[in-house]
Amino acid sequence: MIGYIVRRAGQAIIVMIGVTIITFILLHMIGNPVNVILGTHHSPANVRALTIQLGLNKPLPQQYLIWVWNLLHFNLGWSYRQNDSVASLLAQRLPNTLLLVGTSTVLAIVIAVPLGIMQAVRRNKPDDYVFTGFSFVFYAMPIFWLGLLLIILFSSLLNWLPPEAPQSQGNLFSQLNALILPVVALTLVTLALFSRYMRSSMLENMVQDYVRTAKAKGVSDRAILFKHVLRNALIPVITLIGLSLPGIVAGAVITENVFNYPGMGLLFIQAADNEDFPVLLGVTVVVGIATVLGSLIADILYAVADPRIRYVS
Amino acid sequence: MSLGEPGLKALDLVAAGVAGGDALPEGGEGYKSGSVYRMILAVFLENRMAIVGVGVVVFMILFSFLGPVIYHTQQVFANPNISLDAPSLAHPLGTDGLGYDNLGRLMLGGQTSLEVGLAAAVIAVTVGAVWGAIAGLVGGFVDAVMMRIVDALLAIPFLFLLILLGTIFGTSILELIIVIGLVSWLVPARLVRGETLSLRVRDYVQAVKVMGGGSRRILFRHLIPNTMGTIVVNATFQVADAITFVAALSYLGLGIPPPATNWGGQLSDGVTYIFDGYWWLIYPAGIAIVLVVVAFNFIGDSLRDALEVRLQQR
Repeated sequence: MIGYIVRRAGQAIIVMIGVTIITFILLHMIGNPVNVILGTHHSPANVRALTIQLGLNKPLPQQYLIWVWNLLHFNLGWSYRQNDSVASLLAQRLPNTLLLVGTSTVLAIVIAVPLGIMQAVRRNKPDDYVFTGFSFVFYAMPIFWLGLLLIILFSSLLNWLPPEAPQSQGNLFSQLNALILPVVALTLVTLALFSRYMRSSMLENMVQDYVRTAKAKGVSDRAILFKHVLRNALIPVITLIGLSLPGIVAGAVITENVFNYPGMGLLFIQAADNEDFPVLLGVTVVVGIATVLGSLIADILYAVADPRIRYVS
Repeated sequence: MSLGEPGLKALDLVAAGVAGGDALPEGGEGYKSGSVYRMILAVFLENRMAIVGVGVVVFMILFSFLGPVIYHTQQVFANPNISLDAPSLAHPLGTDGLGYDNLGRLMLGGQTSLEVGLAAAVIAVTVGAVWGAIAGLVGGFVDAVMMRIVDALLAIPFLFLLILLGTIFGTSILELIIVIGLVSWLVPARLVRGETLSLRVRDYVQAVKVMGGGSRRILFRHLIPNTMGTIVVNATFQVADAITFVAALSYLGLGIPPPATNWGGQLSDGVTYIFDGYWWLIYPAGIAIVLVVVAFNFIGDSLRDALEVRLQQR
């Protein structure tokens, strides 16, 4: 067990380093921050001075190492557009996104598991088709369209909920009912995905030999379902949830855009529009590392649940 | 926006590993032997969802590409006099903000969305399959490095990658296809690597090695044809995902500039009108996207079921 954890953690560290390298290279392909900062004031002397000041004249690998060194000291750079350190911007926005992503994921899991069980048990009956239909439709819908439809229905037509997330500085809970629509939108799409995994996994397990053996032994249908099939079906679903984390974060990015929710996704999009490189770099790296950590935790949970995995790398 | 389909493929791999099933017969090269492919086709067609899916896709292709031939509208000159008109006999789906006929716009948008979706999926699956097959076949350190690169790229949410690549690459159709392909090749790579790992220990591969066949021969004449099933299934899901990515990119402003249009762009244009009640600008494009994406998902699911011999004991 310890060996497995150590191996997986080693892989995770390598992947994190890979994330930093890839992000660094991508950001340097986008453009030259010097021209962006100076705007119309770029006489050659100014360009030269700023390049040296920002350390951009050093060879690329050296810039990378300097940046990683700063990263390890939690110094993510300075945003020249928002006139604030990237780390403090992230500190403001990260909890909001965590709230959105976390609530949606938990809600989606809590609803998807019973739904998947029910669909597997009643497969090919009308309720299965209805729910499968729903999950297909919600899965296929672009999130921003779903968000728009929700806004039209609940804000424009019915006037029950506000169309925008709370904007008051720092206090997201000032208008609790404004949080409902973004969370509902993200949860619906995540739920569609998870319930398909759950149903698929349950069905795969229900045709296994051990189920037949249990039935032959006389174990009640309910016990077979909940003590055997469910436990085995949950195992791959855990890993799949871990793998889906980047996707859920991506969904959160669009949701934040639609509802003007002050989270990291919105920060990223604004930074992309503003050509604010330090923020882009900081957000991508932080999110990338967070997802690697998330997958690592999911894999460890998987190993705890399924002992067979500990002997595979 | 779809959240990707890595999970269901992983389930397939887990199940395949545990029960060791394989749709194509053991041994030999993957050439067409009538009975196997006919059986797969038969199971595929039995599934009503598959037929509905294929029907919808064919209809959409005809609608987008043949539609403008039958139903002439002009899409180049703006006509502000008739802008934002409700649906009428002259304009069945009304007109948009610049006076273009909306139904004609839908057809034009469909062309771009479908083209980009299909092309990006082909690129993604080809690059991914070759990468994964090489990694699986060579193994060892090379495999580890190749897979860590895939893992690192997968860790970054694809939307961030899309936005960053979109900013680097600009916004023509070709660049859009490349950008989406560059983000989507990761999942097929993982899948094909998994399949390759399980296939390369089969007896017929050992036999080829014994007979002196090199890695290239094994790769192209044995491994890739036998992973075709997984590749094709994944390709259909990739098309669905690619169409959604195009829509998302257009919504965020990184799509193709006007007068070219695609369904996502039409949706994002429609956003400005949500509170004005111009429903004909909001619903048709979204419904089109949902229909096509669901159709491709149906096709993909049915293909996967058809290739999954074990599940036929249901």
